[in-house]
Amino acid sequence: MPREIAQLVLNGLMAGTILAVPAIGFTAIYAVLRFPNFAIASHLTIGAFAGWLANVSLGLPAALAVGVAFAAAGVAGVVSDELILKPLRPAGALTTAIAAVALTLVLENVIRFVFGNDLRGYALPIRRDWQVAGLRIAPQQVQNFGLAIVAMTAVFLFLAFTRTGKAMRAVADNPTLASVKGIDTDRVARLTTFVAMGLAGVGGVLLGLDTSIDPLTGFRVILSVFAAAVVGGLGSIPGAVVGALTIGVGEELSLLVLAPAYRTVVGFAAILLVLTLRPRGILGERAY
Amino acid sequence: MDSYLVAMAVFAGLYALLALGLNVVWGMTGMINLGLVGFFGLGAYVSALLCRQTGAPIVVGIAAAALAAAGAGAAVALATARLRGDYLAIITLGFSEVVRLVASNELWLTNGTDGISGIPGPWRGRVAPQTFNVIYLAMVVLAVLAVLAVCERIRHSPYGRVLRAIRDDDQVAAVAGKRVIAFKVQAFAVSAAILGLAGALWGHYTSFIAPDVFTPLVTIYVVLALTAGGTGNNVGAVLGAALVIFLMEGTRFATGWLVGLAPVQVAALREALIGAALLVVLRVRPRGLLPEAIVPVQASR
Repeated sequence: MPREIAQLVLNGLMAGTILAVPAIGFTAIYAVLRFPNFAIASHLTIGAFAGWLANVSLGLPAALAVGVAFAAAGVAGVVSDELILKPLRPAGALTTAIAAVALTLVLENVIRFVFGNDLRGYALPIRRDWQVAGLRIAPQQVQNFGLAIVAMTAVFLFLAFTRTGKAMRAVADNPTLASVKGIDTDRVARLTTFVAMGLAGVGGVLLGLDTSIDPLTGFRVILSVFAAAVVGGLGSIPGAVVGALTIGVGEELSLLVLAPAYRTVVGFAAILLVLTLRPRGILGERAY
Repeated sequence: MDSYLVAMAVFAGLYALLALGLNVVWGMTGMINLGLVGFFGLGAYVSALLCRQTGAPIVVGIAAAALAAAGAGAAVALATARLRGDYLAIITLGFSEVVRLVASNELWLTNGTDGISGIPGPWRGRVAPQTFNVIYLAMVVLAVLAVLAVCERIRHSPYGRVLRAIRDDDQVAAVAGKRVIAFKVQAFAVSAAILGLAGALWGHYTSFIAPDVFTPLVTIYVVLALTAGGTGNNVGAVLGAALVIFLMEGTRFATGWLVGLAPVQVAALREALIGAALLVVLRVRPRGLLPEAIVPVQASR
């Protein structure tokens, strides 16, 4: 039993690390643009398919496929935001959120139109699981974990040390003050969308490497992404990471008592629990 | 062809109920419900199961469906009543997914993804199918008129004014001594009850429900119906629902002319079109065909 639990916790930490990547994207858009951008689901799928094309059609290795996915989802994110969501933002956060759901529906169906509903897998060598201290671990899991860590480290370094990263944090903190100080909030918003949707795309590839992809890939994990962001504190990037690890481990541990189909219910239950006890989440600031 | 038109009228009526239900929260109170299909599905399952398993009369099933949905709605609203509206968006979306997961996996209760068939309908089997359709249409029209009357009563009453005040600025409403949270929870419960009613009526009409029926796409249809008709306007909600059914069915015929496309591509085109229609309406005519008489105050925050 203890070994079984240790195995689940290990799997949960691996899954949580991958989940953290799109969760950072969701929470970053929330922090800067102040609306829940549900279109993260379709961009996750766009990234998954862009990475799949790079991997299967062009024969690129997984690490490069991740880069392609980042660029493709990021560009798709900026273009769709400029054309569709940005003009609606003055109508309010909730109207924009509704538009984001409609946008997701459109983009998801563009993918379905081109690729159909079939499940697709990445071209990966089949490798035997490693045994470490009695725990099983797949080499692919370790690679995905590594890629997720690299992506997140890059984001943290960018936000902490570059001028643009600091500008993004300033806008998230106080948009009026930031624009008074001469920061181009429009440009920051565009950049945030690019990076956030790019991260969603990376998340799509990492999830696809683990299992398979189809037009609903993004929609299926979106509840876990929301849960990670809300549990960690909506708008807080370190919070998204902590929240994602919590949700990842929670979903795996739920297998002890629940049928596997109910994994995503854990995310919903976690959202309800956090909103009841501590609405601002583990590391968040405001929720009212 | 006649029975086809009658069936479409029934579906338009059911969508009108859904749009009226959404209008109580989104149009009148300014609360979002992106998981309204969850309440719709909950109502459908409650009534279908009650009538099939216990042989309860259809009226009892429908009442239980509305009550169950109202309870779920109150709980969801209560969980987020103190928080910003974005949280309600996330919670409702999650709620509808949970309903679908439970319906798909609790085989002992819901028969999983195979769904429940043989749901009783009033006089079904005792009259000709054509007559059943017409009787059902009359019932749905009555239901729409009744709900429309209730919603209009709410809108013109002092109660409705408080809801609008909350929509425009809940802090001002609170300062005026209104118990904002209680109003929000009540409005959400009333809205969910209407959604549950629509779900129950759906099941008794089609005699078959499955988790597939209650996908997020339905939510988009209803949001489109209300937005196109006129958010905040009850008559607009009904008009919008008729338009959406017309659009959905129209595209069914229009895509018949498209040759050389796989069925999945045709389905994808139709779904994308619905999403695009909502985006266009939001951009071009955000207040709908029949705008609300009183211009909503733009929230200053």
